[in-house]
Amino acid sequence: MSDPEIEHERDAIIRVTSCAICGSDLHLFHNYIPAMMPGDIMGHETMGEVVEVGSGVNGKLKKGDRIVVPFTIICGECEQCRRGNFSVCETTNRNRHLAEKVFGHTTAGLFGYTHLTGGYPGGQADYLRVPFADATHIKVPDSLTDEQALFLSDIFPTGWQAAAQCDIEPDDTVAVWGCGPVGQMAIRSAILLGAKQVIAIDRIPERLAMAEAGGAITINFDSESVVGRLNELTDNKGPEKCIDCVGFESHVSMAQPDSVLDRAKQMFMLENDRPHALREIIYACRPGGIVSIPGVYSGFSDMVPMGALMNKGLTIRTGQTHVNRWTDELVRRIEDGQIDPSFVITHTVPLAQGPEMYRAFRDKQDSCVKVVLKP
Amino acid sequence: MFHFSNLVRSKSDPKIISTGPSSLTSADRLARGLGWFSIALGTLELLAPHRVTYALGMDGREGLVRAYGVRELLAGVLTLSVEKRAGLLSRVAGDGLDMATLLGELRPSNPRAGTVLAALVMVGGIALLDYTAAQDVAAQHDARRGRKRLYNDRSGFPKGIAAARGAALPRPARSTALS
Repeated sequence: MSDPEIEHERDAIIRVTSCAICGSDLHLFHNYIPAMMPGDIMGHETMGEVVEVGSGVNGKLKKGDRIVVPFTIICGECEQCRRGNFSVCETTNRNRHLAEKVFGHTTAGLFGYTHLTGGYPGGQADYLRVPFADATHIKVPDSLTDEQALFLSDIFPTGWQAAAQCDIEPDDTVAVWGCGPVGQMAIRSAILLGAKQVIAIDRIPERLAMAEAGGAITINFDSESVVGRLNELTDNKGPEKCIDCVGFESHVSMAQPDSVLDRAKQMFMLENDRPHALREIIYACRPGGIVSIPGVYSGFSDMVPMGALMNKGLTIRTGQTHVNRWTDELVRRIEDGQIDPSFVITHTVPLAQGPEMYRAFRDKQDSCVKVVLKP
Repeated sequence: MFHFSNLVRSKSDPKIISTGPSSLTSADRLARGLGWFSIALGTLELLAPHRVTYALGMDGREGLVRAYGVRELLAGVLTLSVEKRAGLLSRVAGDGLDMATLLGELRPSNPRAGTVLAALVMVGGIALLDYTAAQDVAAQHDARRGRKRLYNDRSGFPKGIAAARGAALPRPARSTALS
């Protein structure tokens, strides 16, 4: 690929020093999100050093600055940005007509996430053009390593937002479905936010072990009844707060017939999503509770139990992450030593090994939980 | 070299200069080929069953051939999906069904017995390919590959879990009154 160039006065170019593979990249890898083209560059967890700055960046960045690039591209000026709803920035999706057709209204442009969200090249590359760079950046203090700072781009604020929008109270049990990287961050965020008990649900032993190390009680859904164990751990009342870190590619198992039906329907394009985890969450959540959904859903999900949702008076909170809303606070917590997000990295390899690592990450080989790529 | 997708990119976005090696493995390619073969055969069986029945001396069994065509199409879609192994195994089962049907047609009274025998050999070969591809795909995606490690020493809390619990709660306002 050729290198990117400054196109607009608010652009900056960075030399990528670290980038990562995100679980939601697998949705693209599996061709579930439409509007990918040959030559599209993936990756939305990126950081690096500024090497070129457009004239409109107005001194907010200069050559040599070390920045993390939030995965949501923000203008910082529209009504949504002013409200802190950065992931639904009204300006930055340059293919907004596509997003409006699909979602009714546009959402923000995203790095490396198909032409539906602007067709912006991603950061799994040597160089990255950052549009609206005067707003779309997080300056990294010298005291933080790449590994400590990189996940400010996505998974750390995503896990944090998932927990923060649960309005956790000291007596709460927070249940987290999915112990991938976002699930791990959500577990630790819930602990930091003072949950009495955090329960983590997954089936991969290494992810469960990592969740347990972070303070969670674990449930392996391959060998235990999720709802039964949750009731047992909550005096039959269910968790007050439930977080869906699974999203639309939930595990398919013959023991869960709805997941098999979803997979078949998804394959023949009769349904976009496999919402097994979401169904279980709505069923398991305590009446009056909050369901937080950071996991990515793509389109239409069948058989979501609206009766249970409505009659139990559940509150649903969702959204792509408003990264910059949380940035200052999270940088401070890393600097203070409250949390070190680098704990989740299990593989660090050269960028050229990206294709192999996508496969290892997808198939959970070599106990792979999180991959960092070094250009 | 000209790359069509470069035309739709913004002028300053990276463009494809040349393409490198594909990340597809030989198992991926074989599965993909078999998936498209399944769809082609299924389409033929569904839309032109008479050609198949005529060639095999099976006149009057067009309904059965159409049903097999639908089966081929479903198996093809499954083989081209992320669930390649399930698709390939469903093709192996389908191959078995095809062979059983062809064996039933391999009788002296069938003027096309020679063609049926050739078809049997071909289906047998394809069954072998389907089975091999299923095995290769299963090995490639086997989660047991590589080292197994647990990460039970990775809390992510440099000061320990006890110090982390509730660390982000707002601190109570400090009283300025002297006691």
